[in-house]
Amino acid sequence: MAFISRGFRGKRRDETTSSRVPPGQHTVNDFPVLSAGPTPRPDLAHWSFSIVGEIDAPRTWTWEEFRKLPQEEITVDIHCVTKWSKLDTKWKGVSVDTLLDGVDTAAEFVVAVSDGGYTTNMPLDEITDKKAWAVYEYDGQPLHPEHGGPARLLVPHLYLWKSAKWVRGLKLVKEDEPGFWETNGYNNHGDPFKEERYWGD
Amino acid sequence: MILKWQVAKVTAITAETPRVASLSFHVPGWQGHLAGQHVDVRLTSDDGYQAQRSYSIASAPEEKGVTITVERLDDGEVSPYLVGEVRQSDSLELRGPIGGYFVWKAGDPRPVLLIGGGSGVVPLMAMIRHRALAGSRTPVRLLYSSRTFDDVIYRDELDRLAAAGDGLAVHHTLTRSRPPGWKGYTRRLDRPMIDDVAWPSEQTPIVFICGPTPFVEAAATLLVERGYDPAWVKTERFGATGG
Amino acid sequence: MKEQSELMLDGNAIGGLLSEIFTMEMTSAEGKCAGCGAVNAIGRVHVYMNGPGAVVRCPDCTSVLMRIVHGNGRYWIDLSGLRVLEFAES
Repeated sequence: MAFISRGFRGKRRDETTSSRVPPGQHTVNDFPVLSAGPTPRPDLAHWSFSIVGEIDAPRTWTWEEFRKLPQEEITVDIHCVTKWSKLDTKWKGVSVDTLLDGVDTAAEFVVAVSDGGYTTNMPLDEITDKKAWAVYEYDGQPLHPEHGGPARLLVPHLYLWKSAKWVRGLKLVKEDEPGFWETNGYNNHGDPFKEERYWGD
Repeated sequence: MILKWQVAKVTAITAETPRVASLSFHVPGWQGHLAGQHVDVRLTSDDGYQAQRSYSIASAPEEKGVTITVERLDDGEVSPYLVGEVRQSDSLELRGPIGGYFVWKAGDPRPVLLIGGGSGVVPLMAMIRHRALAGSRTPVRLLYSSRTFDDVIYRDELDRLAAAGDGLAVHHTLTRSRPPGWKGYTRRLDRPMIDDVAWPSEQTPIVFICGPTPFVEAAATLLVERGYDPAWVKTERFGATGG
Repeated sequence: MKEQSELMLDGNAIGGLLSEIFTMEMTSAEGKCAGCGAVNAIGRVHVYMNGPGAVVRCPDCTSVLMRIVHGNGRYWIDLSGLRVLEFAES
C-alpha cells in the first residue's frame, strides 16, 4: 500500500453510487480533453464523410451535404476509460442509422476512421438501431477541435475511446479489425457497465 | 537503475512568490542528481485515490537534500496541495532523479543560453546554482519570461549571482505588467529579443528551453530561424496539463 | 480552453514511466523512426500522455513511435514505430 499523504484529497470527486455511473468511474463537471496526437484542422471545403468497404456503392457526403442530413438532438451519459464520466451531455448530429439507411451489406463489423490515423472498431449492430451518431455540436455550440470537431462519432454505451474524434468515415468489414487502442491493451468491446477496460477483462 | 518510490520528508518550505513555493526534502539514500533532472511525486489519499506529477529539481547536485519549486495552479489537483496544505515534517512519495537528456554539467565548455517561461525556470536554476557551486566560469545567459515582477521566481538570488561578474548574465522580460523604473524587456519573446541575447552561432552554444509547450515551441523556432542548429537546442515542455 | 499544443509534452515527461519498463535512463536514448528514418533522443520526441495511454510521436513526421498502456497491473508496449533504439549501459 502506498504511503498516504496527510490531508490529500485530490479534486472533489463525486463518488456517487447512482446506477447511471458505471463501476470504477467518478463524475466530473468539466470536459477533460484527451489526445493521442496533434489536433487535425481539416479545411471544411475539402472535408467529407464516407461509408466504404463491404458496400455496393460507397457513399460520401461533403460538409454541406452532411449538415443537410436529418439531425437529432440527444442527451447522453459518456464514460471515459480513464475513469471520468459525464452525465447528461448534449449533442446534435446525424444518426448512424441515417448514414446507413438502405445499405445492404454482408459486413458484421465496422472500423471508424479519423483524420490523423486513429481507428476504433465495433460490431455493426452496436452502432445501429439508435446507438450511435456522428455529431457536430456539443452543448449548443459547434464541436470544438479539441473535442473532435468538426465531427466525431458518438457511441455512448461504450467507453469514450470508441467515440472516434475527427471521424471521416466508417469502413464496413466482414472480419473484426481491432483499432488503435484495441491493438494495444484496451478491450475489444469496451462496455463500461461490465468494466471491460483492458484485454482479458 | 530501477527507480523506486521513496518516502521523503519535508525539511523546509520557502515561499518564492505569491503562487510559488519551494519544498526541500530529505530523501533517504539519495544517490545524487544532475542539474536539469526531475522527480516524480505521488500522493495517495486515504481512500486510495492517487495522483502523480513530475517536478524539476531546483537544487544543485552540490546541495544537501532535494528541493523542488512548485507553482500552484488554481484548477490543479496536486499543486494546491503542495503549495498551501503541505507542512514541514509531512512526508510524501517521490522517485528520481529522472532524465538524462535535459541535463547540464559544469565542465562542458560551450557557452550556455537558458530560456525559461514561468516555472520553466526551475531546472535552469538548478543549472545556474550548480555552476556557481562548482566554481565554473562558463559564460551563461538566462532569458527569463514572467508575467509580472511579483511572479519572478528566485529574483534576489538571480540578481546576486549575476552581480558576481563571473560570466552569468540574466535578462528578464515581463509580459503583463511592469513596475516603475523597470529596465528589462516588456513583451513576449520575439526575434529582436532573441538576437540581443543569443550567443553568435560561431560559438556553437548549447541551449536549454523550458516552460509551457507554446512558449518552448516559439523560442525554439526563433532560434532555428536565426541559424542555430536544432541539435544545439534541448527542450523540456511543461505543458498545461496536471498541476 | 486548453489548446492542443499545450497537451503535447516531450519525452522528458515519460522518463519515469520508461524507467519502470527499461532498467536504464531512457530520455537520452536515441530512436530511429520506422516511418521517416529521423533519429531523435527520446527527450526530444513528442509525447501525448493525458489519454488512455502514452503515445510517442516522431517530431519530424508525427508518425507513432511508441504506444504504452499501463493498467490492471500490466503494461502493453508497442515499439513497432521505432526501427531501432540505441542507448548506453548505465
